[in-house]
Amino acid sequence: MFDWVQQIPILSLICYVPLAGAVLVMLFMRQGQGESIRKFATGVALVDFLLSVPLWFAFDRDGELFQFRESARWIESLGIGYEFGIDGIALLLVLLTTLLGVLAFLSSWSAIDVREKEYYVFMLLLQTGMLGVFMAMDFFLFYVFWEVMLVPMYFLIGIWGGPRKLYAAIKFFLYTLVGSVLMLLGILALYFFNGPGLFRYVGVGNEKTFFIPQFHDIAGLIPPDLQFWIFLAFFVGFAIKVPMFPFHTWLPDAHVEAPTAGSVILAGVLLKMGTYGFVRFSLPILPNATWRLLPWMVLLSIVGIVYGALVAMAQKDMKKLVAYSSVSHLGFVMLGIFALNGPGLSGGILQMINHGLSTGALFLLVGVIYERRHTRMIAEYGGISAQMPSYATIFLIITMASIGLPTLNGFVGEFTILVGAFSRNWLWALMGAIGIVLGAAYMLWMYQRVFFGPITNPENKKLKDLNLRELAYLLPLVLLCFWIGLYPRPFFRILETPVQHILQQVEPHRPRSAAAAPAATRSGAESLTRYDSATRSGGAR
Amino acid sequence: MRALDLLWLVPLLPLAGSALNALLGPRVARPLTTAVALGAPGLSLAISLMAVWTYATTVFPLPFEQVLYAWTTGELSIDVAFLLDPLSSVMVVVVTLVGFLIHVYSVGYMGDDSGYQRYFSYLNLFMGAMLLLVLGNNFLVMFVGWEGVGLCSYLLIGYYYEEEFPPYAGRKAFIVNRIGDFAFLVGLFALVARFGTLDYGEVFAAVASDPHGVEEPYLLGLSFAGFVTLCLFIGAIGKSAQLPLYVWLPDAMAGPTPVSALIHAATMVTAGVYMVVRTNVLYQLAPGTSALVATVGAVTALFAATIAFAQTDIKKVLAYSTVSQLGYMFLGAGVGAYSAAIFHLGTHAFFKALLFLGSGSVIHAMSGEQDMRRMGGLKKALPVTFATFAIATVAISGIPPLAGFFSKDQILAGAWGEHKVLWAIGLVTAGLTACYMFRALLMTFYGRFRGTDEVRSHLHESPTVMTLPLVVLAVGSALAGLIGIPKLGTLDINWFGHFLAPVVAPVGHAGEHGHHASLGLELLLMGVSVAAAVGGIWMAWRTYGGERGLAGGEAWAIRFPTAHRILTNKYYVDEIYDATVIKGTWSAARGLFRFDAGFIDGFLVNGSRHVTVAVSLLSGFFDKYVIDGVVNLSGWVMRACSRLFRSLQTGLVSQYALVVAVGMLVLTGFYLVVRLG
Repeated sequence: MFDWVQQIPILSLICYVPLAGAVLVMLFMRQGQGESIRKFATGVALVDFLLSVPLWFAFDRDGELFQFRESARWIESLGIGYEFGIDGIALLLVLLTTLLGVLAFLSSWSAIDVREKEYYVFMLLLQTGMLGVFMAMDFFLFYVFWEVMLVPMYFLIGIWGGPRKLYAAIKFFLYTLVGSVLMLLGILALYFFNGPGLFRYVGVGNEKTFFIPQFHDIAGLIPPDLQFWIFLAFFVGFAIKVPMFPFHTWLPDAHVEAPTAGSVILAGVLLKMGTYGFVRFSLPILPNATWRLLPWMVLLSIVGIVYGALVAMAQKDMKKLVAYSSVSHLGFVMLGIFALNGPGLSGGILQMINHGLSTGALFLLVGVIYERRHTRMIAEYGGISAQMPSYATIFLIITMASIGLPTLNGFVGEFTILVGAFSRNWLWALMGAIGIVLGAAYMLWMYQRVFFGPITNPENKKLKDLNLRELAYLLPLVLLCFWIGLYPRPFFRILETPVQHILQQVEPHRPRSAAAAPAATRSGAESLTRYDSATRSGGAR
Repeated sequence: MRALDLLWLVPLLPLAGSALNALLGPRVARPLTTAVALGAPGLSLAISLMAVWTYATTVFPLPFEQVLYAWTTGELSIDVAFLLDPLSSVMVVVVTLVGFLIHVYSVGYMGDDSGYQRYFSYLNLFMGAMLLLVLGNNFLVMFVGWEGVGLCSYLLIGYYYEEEFPPYAGRKAFIVNRIGDFAFLVGLFALVARFGTLDYGEVFAAVASDPHGVEEPYLLGLSFAGFVTLCLFIGAIGKSAQLPLYVWLPDAMAGPTPVSALIHAATMVTAGVYMVVRTNVLYQLAPGTSALVATVGAVTALFAATIAFAQTDIKKVLAYSTVSQLGYMFLGAGVGAYSAAIFHLGTHAFFKALLFLGSGSVIHAMSGEQDMRRMGGLKKALPVTFATFAIATVAISGIPPLAGFFSKDQILAGAWGEHKVLWAIGLVTAGLTACYMFRALLMTFYGRFRGTDEVRSHLHESPTVMTLPLVVLAVGSALAGLIGIPKLGTLDINWFGHFLAPVVAPVGHAGEHGHHASLGLELLLMGVSVAAAVGGIWMAWRTYGGERGLAGGEAWAIRFPTAHRILTNKYYVDEIYDATVIKGTWSAARGLFRFDAGFIDGFLVNGSRHVTVAVSLLSGFFDKYVIDGVVNLSGWVMRACSRLFRSLQTGLVSQYALVVAVGMLVLTGFYLVVRLG
């Protein structure tokens, strides 16, 4: 039924439909035609989403790692090719991007009333940039998309943002740029090492290429100290994007100032590029450095979980609270990834999707109420459950998804992540799980202050409940949260092959001793390691 | 086996009912809401009764498992599946039966509430979650239900969300529960890490096949069994409101009264006891944790019973009574009397549900008044409520042959075999329980009416839809004990104990655990516990009986002012938590936020911006005055030179001729002097 997907360059199509839409808007529509621009742009996003859905069905779960491959020559003298392809991880992220795209466009209808033409052009360009990042299999192409995506986001925050939009936009841009420049250095180092070599390192001597799987193949040949430096370069680039503690402070500013749709895309998709980078590049290409820096990565992740949650508790602005909760949730993702085992990795990757859905929904929800009252201050609300029952219900469901209530998506991710972390080192799981308690505390406290109690502010007495358009962009997320929560198996299934690939890349370079664990936790790690080998040889004792 | 095949519908029907009522919303007619709200748990009750009947009448019943679908894949393989064995049979009957009666009662109690449909949607959800918890065949499904009842308690305690306190109480319940859940989760991780599965059957079989394996040192100086059971028990402490995590339960009274009945009797708080008994295989191999369970249970039982004395709110008395009775159940589970613990859970479900619903009927009649100091003499106005409430009070006090006597006696017998101090605490608690329960009974129904005349004029017995459940529960409270009459010498008609035996069979060397006291000792222990109860009742009668009213109680308060103050303030536990845990977390949150805004963002990030700006200003200065300065300097030098030379270019031929002539003269002179000189 979905064979036709294999016959056409489906990925390019998905990637460039928004670009084509942007060009059409630019050429044929005028500033005044707000109504038709927003309908056309939303239509383009919807078409794009509908195009990406068949990928889910046509993807062969047991087939090649990268599927829907497209390959064309580009800048041959430098070994740069136009290479597209997706594995299970990228597939989920592509679907997330196209879905959140539609919802973000829908949510913009009433939120944006100045310079609509440019706004929708930038939003469409952003879609193309993000999709390209997840589809590119050539490092150079990847870098191009990575940078392309930065520009529309910069303008989205800088033009349609809040009172401190310029500060936030510049901070976002510069911070990310610093990261990407270092990442570029890392890419070039890999490029030269694969070829003639660089500095005192004798290269592998292959033909020049930026083809990513090529670097996966030579992972074992890269000397440990070179791996170390490249890992650090990549780390800065990705950690800023994630964002990991202590590189996170651009996030609250960007979120608070960005328009609703910008926050949705930012939290839903952009942050995932950082974690995606770790999964796609750092782990499989630099396994030795991964093991070496593992304790530090885990330390930063756990600090991020607890720190983000505590700081979220102290927030008075709803968007800022959600922004800090993202720091905490992305800490979970990183903890899962660096547990470096099956449950941890698949849980971490699934949690990327989960966070995109539930935090995306949270930003949409905050946007709903912001449009009505033009404030995001928690103290301005209280008791609005009576006025907006449907809104309160959906907000509650998403809150529960965010704090990891079973039957909703967040639990599936957190549970598998912590299972993975526990079998690596029980203390990691213990400290990570503190985030679950704190998560409930800050989210429910916010919920109580906004929705419960007597209505103290007279302005809240006239609030209108959700309209159909708002329901239309919230309900898909609610349904997905339930789907992943109740039946996550298809998602784990599609991640099986890529997770196995990463483990095969990483596992052979695992240090013999348990020295990778921080000294304080060594005894626990050792006893678990001992247990590990016992079960592996003889099953459950 | 048709009824068994429908097992999956038992938890799903209430969940579906909940969803349906939530989607229909308040727009539909009330009878339709009622039909859905009662139909779903009613069907659930019917199916579970049939299924359990089928199961219990099978000659050699094997645990019945039903897999719905696979939840995950890969290394961690977990199914969504249900299990019917003796333990879950007992639980499912208690939950559906008591739960259904509470639903029926609610139709009357919540009849004129504007959030009728919301209430029933939550109530069905609550029951569905509890049924998931007890019917799951693995720890994950149990945890889903476990968190589910936590959510429902949050929603239902905070049901009156337009007021200040209920939402706070709901949140407190959820978060305190989460602290326990945190430990529960860690226990589950340990199980997964070792066995790669969370299926009860597989885990317990693996443990039973090699009991010594789980007794080897694992973490923190504990054995594997010790570590896991400790984690699970902390979870149970949170859910079942034991010391030190009981603080949410008394505040949970903020919800509608039938909800209190549901939380305190059939669902939620019993989950911890169920979980400990479900994992008894591990607890048997962890004597340290078991001792802890027994101790925490005994201390909580006594502690909560003393607080109950100083309460004047009728629901608060019952709340602390629940905490105390749950302590009893943990005492039983801790000393290895697992079936006695479950038996007490079942009988307690009947009489505690009855007490709460009865108090609801009183509150209903008293126009919302909950303070017993303004009640009194209600037995005439509320005859059915009084009669049933009295039966429940006698039952909880442990007077034979009502239900509470048999179950309590078996726990005390177990405690006697384990440690005499535990038994003594249990005995004192039994006396105290009888005393404070009769205090409540006397203050409410006897003496003179102490409320306002207006309230008095509205006094009325509740409608049949409310009194009928009371009568059914009263019958249960009176007779339920008879299915578990303890073994006396050779007379062994403890049907309940035999039914549950396969689930709580001894594992490994723990085999010598079961004590069988002699007939004489058994009868003596029974006599002592009945005497304690009678003593308690006598004390209550001396203080509150007849026409004494409040005077008797006030005399005690005057005689022991310090004790009274401490008890009224519930040992200041809430205050201690506020001052330490809550304040600590809150200051950490604010401190870290200041650190984030001040140091990381302010100093490092914006600092680097300022440094960059400063450096760029400096470079600008350098560029302008040094680099550009050198450039300008060279230009200036050129210009100065050119000015000098320009002055020579006058354009006057005579002047040039003069210079040429002078030059020639100088050169000739130089030549002559140097060459020839």
